[in-house]
Amino acid sequence: MTSLTAPGRRTVLKGAAGLALTTAFAPALRAQGEPIRIGLILPMTGPFTSTGRQISAAVNLYVQQNGASVAGRPVQVILRDDTGVADVTRRIAQELIVNERVTALAGFGLTPLALATAPLATQARMPMVVMAAATSVIVDRSPFVVRTSQVIAQIAAPFATWMAQQGTKRVISIVSDYGPGHDVETSFTAAFREAGGTIDNIRVPLQNPDFSPFLQRVADAKPEALLVFVPSGVGAQFMKQFVERGMDKSGIRLIGTGDVVDDDILNGMGDAALGVITAHHYSAAHPSPANRAFVEAFRKANNNMRPNFMAIGGYDGMHALYEGLKKTSGQGGEALVNAMKGMAWESPRGPMSIDPQTRDVVQNVYIRKVERVDGELYNVEFHTIPNVRDPSKR
Amino acid sequence: MSTADLTARVRGSLVVARKWHPAEFVVWVMAAAAFVLFPRQLLLLNEIAILALFALSLDLILGYAGIVSLGHAAFLGMGAYTAGLVALHVTADPLVGLVIGMAASGLLGLVTSPLVLKGNDLTRLMVTLGIGLLMLELANSLGWLTGGADGLQGIAMGKILGLFEFDLFGKTAYAYSLTVLFLLFVLARRIVHSPFGLSLRAVRDNPLRAASSGVPIPWRLAAVYTLSAAYAGAAGALLAQTTQFVSLDVLDFHRSADVMLVLIIGGAGWLYGGIVGAAVFKLLQDWIAWFTPQYWQFWIGLFLVAFVLGGREILHGGIRALVARVSGRRGGGS
Amino acid sequence: MTLLTILIDGIAYGMVLFVLASGLSVTLGLMNFVNLAHGAFAMVGGYVTVLLMQRLGVPFLATLPAAFIVAAVAGLVLERTLYRPMYAKSHLDQVMFSIGLVFMAVAAMKYAVGSQQQIISLPSFLLGRFDVFGVSVGRYRLFVIVLCGLLALALHWGFVKTRFGSRLRAAVDDARVARGLGIPVTALFAVTFAVGSGLAGLGGALGVELLGLDPTFPLKFMIYFLIVVTVGGTTTITGPFFAAMLLGVADVGGKYFIPQAGAFIIYGVMVALLILRPEGLFARSRS
Repeated sequence: MTSLTAPGRRTVLKGAAGLALTTAFAPALRAQGEPIRIGLILPMTGPFTSTGRQISAAVNLYVQQNGASVAGRPVQVILRDDTGVADVTRRIAQELIVNERVTALAGFGLTPLALATAPLATQARMPMVVMAAATSVIVDRSPFVVRTSQVIAQIAAPFATWMAQQGTKRVISIVSDYGPGHDVETSFTAAFREAGGTIDNIRVPLQNPDFSPFLQRVADAKPEALLVFVPSGVGAQFMKQFVERGMDKSGIRLIGTGDVVDDDILNGMGDAALGVITAHHYSAAHPSPANRAFVEAFRKANNNMRPNFMAIGGYDGMHALYEGLKKTSGQGGEALVNAMKGMAWESPRGPMSIDPQTRDVVQNVYIRKVERVDGELYNVEFHTIPNVRDPSKR
Repeated sequence: MSTADLTARVRGSLVVARKWHPAEFVVWVMAAAAFVLFPRQLLLLNEIAILALFALSLDLILGYAGIVSLGHAAFLGMGAYTAGLVALHVTADPLVGLVIGMAASGLLGLVTSPLVLKGNDLTRLMVTLGIGLLMLELANSLGWLTGGADGLQGIAMGKILGLFEFDLFGKTAYAYSLTVLFLLFVLARRIVHSPFGLSLRAVRDNPLRAASSGVPIPWRLAAVYTLSAAYAGAAGALLAQTTQFVSLDVLDFHRSADVMLVLIIGGAGWLYGGIVGAAVFKLLQDWIAWFTPQYWQFWIGLFLVAFVLGGREILHGGIRALVARVSGRRGGGS
Repeated sequence: MTLLTILIDGIAYGMVLFVLASGLSVTLGLMNFVNLAHGAFAMVGGYVTVLLMQRLGVPFLATLPAAFIVAAVAGLVLERTLYRPMYAKSHLDQVMFSIGLVFMAVAAMKYAVGSQQQIISLPSFLLGRFDVFGVSVGRYRLFVIVLCGLLALALHWGFVKTRFGSRLRAAVDDARVARGLGIPVTALFAVTFAVGSGLAGLGGALGVELLGLDPTFPLKFMIYFLIVVTVGGTTTITGPFFAAMLLGVADVGGKYFIPQAGAFIIYGVMVALLILRPEGLFARSRS
């Protein structure tokens, strides 16, 4: 049976009770029937809860659909909450490796969380599947990291080039002043300038309820397009204020990476989001049979919640692990990482593969527009940029 | 009664207060015994030790000098980033990093101490909060130095004293943290039971009277604030060195809030409050989070409310009864 | 003239902050109680508006009194049951207690409604912008300014010109003497706390459009309320009003002119003000 909670962990609360004295732990029993444990570390509480929620639901779905056993052994997914704090992630990872003796680690909702754990993965020779974090450097930090989510540069750079090709010459970017924001700004700006465009950058504080001063500056400068990157929930706020100032009618088009029109919240954003053009690797409206089946199964299992790009990262991460474990007959370590290298398959997002050199994800990037379909808002794809690698690693 | 007599009596009482109570030995022996009793929980115990040291630093100003601070994470972060940067650019020796980290934080404390001398409780709360938040913004802006949101990468610690390497199970980490905690605790205990410590308590209890008795309040407060900052810096350095990672989170408001809660749970003003509070808080958090990964905040909140509304009296009363039973005399290291 | 637009934006922001924080100011001054859970009442008001609009189709304006009333009732109930025993305890205990309440409120909201941002659709007469003498002003912001301005005037008048207000001020100055004069201080506490919480609820409802709403609202905005209250002092209504205006305008204006400075401005201004005037900008000196 699948279990997403830690089964056999013995936690002793009070001190002097003198219970089980296991000074050294028993050597690993790799007998037949011993379960394969996968440590899933996600931010289930704190500001990034939705990431954890989506990924754990997707992992659950995959295991349900494909059975809770691989290579003749049962699979156990141990879910732990790291609250989005890097030292907690690291400690939990260490505990999972040492106490629960997992075969692989997975999850990692943010870049610092993955970066903090990478040295550990190297030290313990533990495969680490990154299902959400999106900065380029992560896969370089350890030869045991495999990524199935996306890379910011992989999305932002081709988007900038496409925008330039469409004839856009002047853009202003507004990003939140934190890691992913800086990344989007850097990769988009470099690619856009290389394609001959001009772009000015504005950074807004992460905690920022009111965008009016920044929007006012943009209104004064009258660019052709406004690129925005803000944390997931804030996008709606931003767009409302954009529309409220009449800026949508002033000829400035609103563009962004898909994070801003995240499927999880898109439908609640209202008409303010209509017409926004974004680039991303996954849309719940991707017109393939595999995706339609995925979305339907996900909604059914999760109270009609729509899967977003975080969910697909989790779903494909499990796929990579399952297929890898089948190839290695349940072995972990370097063998499992090698088994995942070069793997290619048709995911609900479209075709994707794991680059054998960099262990990073190679996938299509889609340009989409927000439209109303059957009464709900969706990101409708209208252009595909195929097989994009992380451009910063040419 | 002559002044000489009074002085002698006060000194005498200080000497008595400095004597170690048997219950205190038990606490430290148990902490050391944890190596043998809980070999698989050493990482968690390491975190508890570091949090206890951080809470101890807050106790020095809150419990003994009456300064309320909601921005103590500024010093934790200063120590952590300093130790991390030292390890990256100067030397991987942990002890050197620890000392430099403490010095840097102490300096920051000294420099900011004039800001906490004025105003009432609420003002100080807000000023310290503001300083904490400013430090966070500063670290975010100085990304080229601090690594920004991604954190300091590639910290590799050398061996402690050239002998002990940091291992995967946390053995070295916990031993290191516990030792530092113990040594700094002993020092703090000595300071608190000294004429200096007495003057602090006078300032805390009745600033007007202390001032009219000739206590140079600004200097005393600045001194203890600097010391407290250095202690917090030590906790930060330990955090950076034992996890080999520093990110902006070390300056986040929740760190300041957590340490405040820890001290309130354990009780401020008796030095052991930080240790007890840290253990209870961390274990509770870990335990509850294991049961309900999504909604553990609710149960922590409930615990806090119940604790304050009457739970604390029950708990402390119970502990006191136990101590009285064990030792036959009223005690505690106050 | 973009400067005026920015000014008006800042004033609107400040107005909402004022309404949110005014209740905290009075309860802090009156009951000397550090209530960090004040933001939770604001959150309740915000969710009342959202749920009434989304689930029952109630028009926006009608939800505002509901937000006030629900939050006020919640405040009244909690004051009589949980807060009363806390008055005698130390400030630290009060802080811990209120933080505990906030945690519970945040987790409960997340459980009940989910953690996503809530979005409402305002009625059309509140959308869009006016052109007033060449200055572009958002309709909703104007609405907020007018409504909160009237509220501020009403509060000030109530505080300064009515019998209830003078009793309240007496109780704030010295509760013991006030009791001795026959002022029903306990009842005063209850009513004031209820009104303060109601105001927070109203502020939360007004803020959904400007500030957003999700279960972490109390934690995110607690800092702003505290800033307004500390800088503005707790003995008047005008103090927090001007403090909120100052902070709103400084924040918005600062971000417009020096976007890189961003968050530094509001914290820096606060620290600077508190160093210069430790008792708050407008506090009368207390002996």
